[in-house]
Amino acid sequence: MSEHKMISFIITRQDTADSTPYEEEFEVPYRPNMNVISALMEIRRNPVNKKGEKTTPIAWDMNCLEEVCGACSMYINGKPRQSCTALVDKLEQPIRLAPMSTFPVVRDLQVNRNRMFDSLKRVKAWVPIDGTYDLGPGPRMPERKRQWAYELSKCMTCGVCLEACPNVNSKSDFIGPAPLSQVRLFNAHPTGAMHKAERLDAIMGDGGLTNCGNSQNCVQSCPKGIPLTTSIAALNREATFQSFRNFFGSDQA
Amino acid sequence: MATSKEFFYRRLHSLLGVIPVGVFLIQHLVVNHFATKGPEAFNQASHFMENLPFRYALEVFIIFLPILFHAIYGLYIAFTAKNNVNRYGYFRNWMFTLQRVSGVVTLVFIAWHVWETRIQAFFGAEVNYDMMANILDHPAMLAFYIVGVLSTVFHFANGLWTFGVSWGLTVTPRSQRISTYVTLGIFIALSLISIRTIFAFV
Repeated sequence: MSEHKMISFIITRQDTADSTPYEEEFEVPYRPNMNVISALMEIRRNPVNKKGEKTTPIAWDMNCLEEVCGACSMYINGKPRQSCTALVDKLEQPIRLAPMSTFPVVRDLQVNRNRMFDSLKRVKAWVPIDGTYDLGPGPRMPERKRQWAYELSKCMTCGVCLEACPNVNSKSDFIGPAPLSQVRLFNAHPTGAMHKAERLDAIMGDGGLTNCGNSQNCVQSCPKGIPLTTSIAALNREATFQSFRNFFGSDQA
Repeated sequence: MATSKEFFYRRLHSLLGVIPVGVFLIQHLVVNHFATKGPEAFNQASHFMENLPFRYALEVFIIFLPILFHAIYGLYIAFTAKNNVNRYGYFRNWMFTLQRVSGVVTLVFIAWHVWETRIQAFFGAEVNYDMMANILDHPAMLAFYIVGVLSTVFHFANGLWTFGVSWGLTVTPRSQRISTYVTLGIFIALSLISIRTIFAFV
């Protein structure tokens, strides 16, 4: 029975970064427990479209195959999500695949997510511990706080929150929810907190925190369930105090 | 230090929407509500407001300049958004879009309203009950006023909600949910006040 079952796909393709996108239909023989990536691999093995014409294999990004790296994000039936955890059995057919629209397309379903990595650098999303000598062990983190911070650390820069955000687009230079939440994470770290003001100043710059318009699509769309809007509101509070400190001066070192 | 102009302008925009523009809006709707007590009561109240000391300073610094900044910067904010409620139909995303739509509607309404009342007063017309009754005599104008006022009140009530988030007053999901109910209550209360006032002129 299942040997002859076929799964149909409508895939938005684009040959180069500048060329016009077009749709191409495919049919893939069904196997139990398939995900979108295994179907794409099947097409790559035999790049023939629904009309029976030979075509080029589809380009897409993937890496971990277990929803922790964030590389394989794409639109699947109108929702941006990871193709590795998109199980074919749970999707309505024809399955429509398209690249995320907020990021520049490299080819087919492959997009360039560099803007997020640049933002992470800009907000100093790390704990600086390197020095010329051993600094010794850092301060300990309470277990409860560690568990809370772990949730924020699940961010895999997949880009889904930026894709869902109405204020991240070609008209604005908003860095988006993901890098903001990382500021919250690293400012909560006992050692990372030593550079708290630097990170706050970074997100109080152009394209930063205040570009959030509270549509809260990010928290609804995050595949990892990260409390992005709570992070943003908490940072708003921090930024309020930081702006007072910047303007009036502070007696704190 | 690195605090950019954008941060300052955005926060200023958020603040001005509540203080003084929001406070003025409530005052304006409350004073107008005298119309429900008859033309004399309304005229008396409006003459009291007209004869406040430092009237021009109050008008310029509490009303005109803040609204002007809020409106112009608000237009910029509204048109840099790429609304996507068709794809993401969540409640807050609808509020996000409606906040921008109501902002533009409110701006058009206020511009027209100021032209019809304050600017005509500058040219010598007397602002009183009869002036408003004449304006609202026209059914199209009545509809325009109802839409304009409701849009203004919505923009203010929902703006209070975003004010809470933007300044870090409502951080947790629970506080934001409570804030939704409170601002919804404010929207309903101010809507009732303003609709009753409008129909007092009809």
